Amino acid sequence: MASIKIINDKCVGCRLCVSACPFGAIEMNDDRKAVILDNCTLCGICVPSCNFNAIDFQKEEVSNAVDTTLYKGVWIFAEQKKDEPESIAYELLGVGRTLADDRNTSLTAVLMGKSLDEAGKKLISQGADKVMIVEDDSLAHYNDESYTDIFVQLIEQNKPEIILIGATTYGRSLAPRIASRINTGLTADCTKLEIDPEDGKLLQTRPAFGGNLMATIICPNHRPQMATVRHKVMKEMEPDESRKGEIIKPEVNIPKDLKINVKDVVATITEKVSLTEADIIVSGGRGMGDPKNFILIKELADILGGAVGASRAAVDAEWIEYNHQVGQTGQTVGPKVYFACGISGAIQHLAGMSSSDTIIAINKNPEAPIFKVAKLGIVGDVMEILPLLIKEFKTALG
Amino acid sequence: MNIIVCVKQVPATNEVKMNKETNTIIREGIEAIINPFDTYAVEEGVRIKEKTEGKATVLSMGIPSVAELLKETIAVGIDDAVLLSDRAFAGADSLATSYALSMGIKHIGEYDLIICGKQAIDGDTAQVGPGLAEKLGIPHTTYVRKIEELRDGYIRCQRMTEDGYEVIEMPLPAVITVVKEINEPRLPSLKGKMRAKKTEVKVWTSDDIGADKAFCGLKGSPTQVVKTFVPVHDIQNEMIEGEPAEQAATLAKKLLSMQFAISIGEEN
Ligand SMILES: Cc1cc2nc3c(=O)[nH]c(=O)nc-3n(C[C@H](O)[C@H](O)[C@H](O)COP(=O)(O)OP(=O)(O)OC[C@H]3O[C@@H](n4cnc5c(N)ncnc54)[C@H](O)[C@@H]3O)c2cc1C
Ligand SMILES: Nc1ncnc2c1ncn2[C@@H]1O[C@H](COP(=O)(O)O)[C@@H](O)[C@H]1O
Repeated sequence: MASIKIINDKCVGCRLCVSACPFGAIEMNDDRKAVILDNCTLCGICVPSCNFNAIDFQKEEVSNAVDTTLYKGVWIFAEQKKDEPESIAYELLGVGRTLADDRNTSLTAVLMGKSLDEAGKKLISQGADKVMIVEDDSLAHYNDESYTDIFVQLIEQNKPEIILIGATTYGRSLAPRIASRINTGLTADCTKLEIDPEDGKLLQTRPAFGGNLMATIICPNHRPQMATVRHKVMKEMEPDESRKGEIIKPEVNIPKDLKINVKDVVATITEKVSLTEADIIVSGGRGMGDPKNFILIKELADILGGAVGASRAAVDAEWIEYNHQVGQTGQTVGPKVYFACGISGAIQHLAGMSSSDTIIAINKNPEAPIFKVAKLGIVGDVMEILPLLIKEFKTALG
Repeated sequence: MNIIVCVKQVPATNEVKMNKETNTIIREGIEAIINPFDTYAVEEGVRIKEKTEGKATVLSMGIPSVAELLKETIAVGIDDAVLLSDRAFAGADSLATSYALSMGIKHIGEYDLIICGKQAIDGDTAQVGPGLAEKLGIPHTTYVRKIEELRDGYIRCQRMTEDGYEVIEMPLPAVITVVKEINEPRLPSLKGKMRAKKTEVKVWTSDDIGADKAFCGLKGSPTQVVKTFVPVHDIQNEMIEGEPAEQAATLAKKLLSMQFAISIGEEN
């Protein structure tokens, strides 16, 4: 078994390893020597932090490693609705293109649905070298069972090196199901993906602990290297109709007699723009004071063509539906502009929106933590500022 | 009906503070709690067992001290608690966790429905539920906000999506992962607390559940953390001063002059 221990003779009690451990699993004992606690996860991050070689880490070969040289090509999963690719598909193509170029290999989009030739062309114009299309009436709407089954057949036939899937509702259900079936690693909700220039491995960076800590993760001995990717973080390529690509319709068994049946699909969010897709989000918190005042949030969002968000306090007070909640227990968003109106900026709220490009805070308390992440701040009463702001935009935008 | 609820111990992140000098998380004195999403899973498990006169068991993989935490679930109505604890499980990623939990569940034996939280708030992966279902070879649905119907061998539930929900039917046994909207967890009763005190948490090792060590812990984990760092947000913070009307005018002007301004007001 893998093991880790402190070599007491070498430990000088400097505590560097204590700070380095992301799991709080190292402590100092009464003799000022480091001790490794039970909750150590054997991640090995402390080892390089020690300047005295006092940490003895015995790693062990991972089991069931595969021959990584057999796997080639970068794949992305192109989510679609009504046979139209979702924007996450283009974002994955954007980052996938860079990875494929760095690996000197091709970029393939996997597309399942009912009738997909048009969608395929669009994916080619935005970066795909190949689009693998699987069409069937039963695939029109996402289904965990059939999509997993078909995706795994394609992986087994073609052995891709990297697979990127959107960290969307469906993507975060599909990806772990696939990874578990083929026994490979999967990194969740990545915000940065790069190829290690030295060994060609995929470096997958993601937030943990509600965004307080970033971790870079690799999958050295298993293939494909799989990641889900946070929506709205990766840049799409400009569409180029003249790009050439290949549309492939592989032979697969379309699973019949599914156990899982999607009986009904209900849209409850009637807003024009969904929270995760929006470039502009106007969010309200407890500082809005009253459910009727939330109208101001909706009004500003409407004028700007944005979506409405909320803090948990506003949702718990039943001023607005849970689907609008932003944060650790709600949705993660990353718009270009995020308005926080009467929101204190608790760490759980920040976890869901701190990657927004520009954060604007309106709060009457100058000490509110939201101002620490805000690019533009106004100390003031939302009930006073919001109507004025709405008026300004109405005049400017006609 | 036999329900198994998977719960994880996590650090209470609302207490996470950063050490500005060393750029690390200050962990001293951070309390360990049951992953908040898992408390909804526990509540749903208890409600189902009460309705169907069945049995609800919690299952966790973690360090020995988790046993104490599991007693909290007994206090709110869970019948039985099982902790998988063994050095061989240390360093597990979501794949190795899914495997270990699946072996634990097989060892428990009888089950109709397995309930997980939507995700754990430390790693935020949301991968264990689906991964576990796959290892057991049974169907799963994520982000469940309501169970519409549940009877022998059948579940119909609502899965929350980005713009609403979908209604999913599956045969049992199955795995669901639940969101906060599904229920309001109850507080422990006095009777429950008494029972919790008396209940012995079962602690099982990898050998007890017949797990292949090659698939457990660090050894069974394809992913490796190579680096962690604290994100730097170097934000040029600008406070807009003045009378409310001036503040609003300045803010509007600044926004309209920014690059994204072209998309403002567009209907997408
Ligand atoms: C496990 C866990 C998960 C959580 N998940 C989430 C999550 O997903 N999302 C989330 O948002 N929270 C979450 N929370 C809750 C979080 O800790 C905070 O309680 C919540 O975000 C506070 O919401 P708020 O900022 O609207 O309210 P408050 O903290 O009450 O802040 C209201 C703010 O409005 C200001 N204000 C008041 N009146 C006015 C006025 N007239 N004009 C201008 N400003 C005014 C006040 O100064 C204050 O800063 C979670 C908590 C826990 C424990
Ligand atoms: N070590 C564990 N023990 C028991 N259940 C777990 C464990 N890790 C994850 N889970 C379950 O899987 C869900 C998702 O966790 P995660 O994939 O880590 O985000 C949690 O809400 C738990 O229900």
